[in-house]
Amino acid sequence: MTDRTDYTPAAATPPSRRAARDTILGLTKQDFSLLLVVIALAMLAPFLLNPFPSNSAMAQFNAGYPDLMQRFVIFGIFAIGFNILFGLTGYLSFGHAAFLGVGSYSCVWMFKLLGYNVLPGILLSIVVSGLFALLIGYVSLRRSGIYFSILTLAFAQMSFALAYSVLSNPAFNLTNGETGLQVYTSDPQWLQGDGPRAPHLFGLAMRETETLSIGAWNFQFNAGYYLCAVIMVVCFYLSVRLFRSPFGMMLRAVKSNQQRLNYTGVNARPYTLAAFVISGMYAGLAGGLLSAMDPLAGAERMQWTASGEVVLMTILGGAGTLIGPVLGAGFIKYFENIFSKINESTLHAWFSFLPDGLEDALVAIVYPFVGKGWHLTLGLLFMLVVIFLPGGLVQGGNKMATIFRRDRKGGGVEDDAATQRQAGE
Amino acid sequence: MNILEVKNVGKRFGGLHALSDVNLSVAKDSVHAIIGPNGAGKSTLLNCLVGKLIPDTGSVSFDGQSVLGRKPHEINQMGISRVFQTPEIFGDLTVLENMMIPCLAKRDGAFALNGYRALMRDREIVDRAEHMLEDMHMIEKRGMHAASMSRGDKRRLEIAMCLAQEPRLLLLDEPTAGMARADTNNTIELLKQIKDSRPITIAIIEHDMHVVFSLAERITVLAQGTPLVEDTPDNIRGHPKVREAYLGETEH
Repeated sequence: MTDRTDYTPAAATPPSRRAARDTILGLTKQDFSLLLVVIALAMLAPFLLNPFPSNSAMAQFNAGYPDLMQRFVIFGIFAIGFNILFGLTGYLSFGHAAFLGVGSYSCVWMFKLLGYNVLPGILLSIVVSGLFALLIGYVSLRRSGIYFSILTLAFAQMSFALAYSVLSNPAFNLTNGETGLQVYTSDPQWLQGDGPRAPHLFGLAMRETETLSIGAWNFQFNAGYYLCAVIMVVCFYLSVRLFRSPFGMMLRAVKSNQQRLNYTGVNARPYTLAAFVISGMYAGLAGGLLSAMDPLAGAERMQWTASGEVVLMTILGGAGTLIGPVLGAGFIKYFENIFSKINESTLHAWFSFLPDGLEDALVAIVYPFVGKGWHLTLGLLFMLVVIFLPGGLVQGGNKMATIFRRDRKGGGVEDDAATQRQAGE
Repeated sequence: MNILEVKNVGKRFGGLHALSDVNLSVAKDSVHAIIGPNGAGKSTLLNCLVGKLIPDTGSVSFDGQSVLGRKPHEINQMGISRVFQTPEIFGDLTVLENMMIPCLAKRDGAFALNGYRALMRDREIVDRAEHMLEDMHMIEKRGMHAASMSRGDKRRLEIAMCLAQEPRLLLLDEPTAGMARADTNNTIELLKQIKDSRPITIAIIEHDMHVVFSLAERITVLAQGTPLVEDTPDNIRGHPKVREAYLGETEH
């Protein structure tokens, strides 16, 4: 069959496939426009997250301050990496926070030993977490399913215990235990010289913030945020390339039917291990950036709740989709930081237009779901998403887009194509 | 010349002797069927050939090389492809993607870390996969989700995936089990075509005598873990020992 000579590939290639081969930066037009969306979101975040005037009652819903924006993109990186493992191969790691923690400690150690330039710290956090992931992955990937999850969870809790107590004894203090690892004036900082006494990138301090005031709005542009955002865009781009590569295809095949894959002459183990290490490195990078923004690393970053959080982010946004994890990360971090700030007096202010009795009753009902009870609302939303939108927020967005398009064009070919693309995601 | 040599293979599960002293030779470029009543050890034997099980005793060699102790993917890379009883395909992927995976496995081996190159721009792989689909008359289904196809089409796809690797030995485990008569006949036709179009050895485990007698050049009858008799289809048909083993079962 291979000796047939009259076969001409170009003639047999339908136009649709040829169109898919026209690429920008190695991406198809569709993926490239997704990349542009991510770039736009990341670069314009200070505007997008600050829709309310600073002195208005709604100002507390503004999320456009440096500290929180940094978290959005850093946890976006964490979730993008987690999605490479979980979204593609289906292996659910419950211990990815260990890599986040290892990355954080590595970066702070670079501050302590070399100086406050963030570059060595970020690079080291990627390398160290990669090695750590290789070790944990090598052992954990001998099992699959729930056993794999439990193994990763056990490793992460062991790492937490090591960081919290074992590795912080006076003789060998690697993590500084409960206090958390931080930079002291007595640290060597061999390459520090007379650079800034806070994390910086070749002199550009991470905490440097320009404020742009337009009318009642204050938009903040922070150097650290833009560093993280650029890194996040690069991470996103690399993950799109990986999704569309032969390697990504093999990872999807692992999830779909590992038995068939083995009997097709492919060794699934090194593929899953590579995916595990890559996602561990993404997590380590995220940890490194957390330390680069705030030079303090604590053991709680490794706790199982942190591992669970990234699972929630990925599923909420849409596991296995490209942009889902970034959205999920932003969504959860927004809830954690903004919803949790609503207190009883804010609620009273909102409902003050109602009669007193009704106002009190309404506040009593709503109060458990906000402030300290924000987890409750998040839990409810998570349940709704999992039940009604198993494909996460991305599926929700696609559904809305389809309905919108049907209204405009009266259905037809476009819808089918969109549905097929969703299925392909 | 024999491409597959099975010598004195034994396999027991606890007290059960699933296979004892099995000898089997499959001639190159032939179609060899292994038949036998339920529990005769047909599937156990097949699993010993592809690396899923390791026999307790004896040896299995393919083209002069031992396969014992090798993993399934290594045995596959030696040139043995397996078709399962229920079609094993990548249900979450499209038909074209299903086809591309064996093409990648053939070209890049058991593992390749190419996470940056766009798969759809890899013309060699895409064209080869499309070419295979055309040969199998499935090209119009290229964008379909594999899981949503009919059982007959899944079987066809699975066989196409195995063939994309250009195996020297194709093992089929009851390829028509649970199929309607029309699908069964299609599968027989497909296998005949495959046999006629290229040099390939086919070993087939089958329950359906119609399939066996339509395809096989040699037949081995397995009963209670040992080969009872090996002969041409014509001689097997009237063999008293075979009738005895199949007591009550009729040829259809």
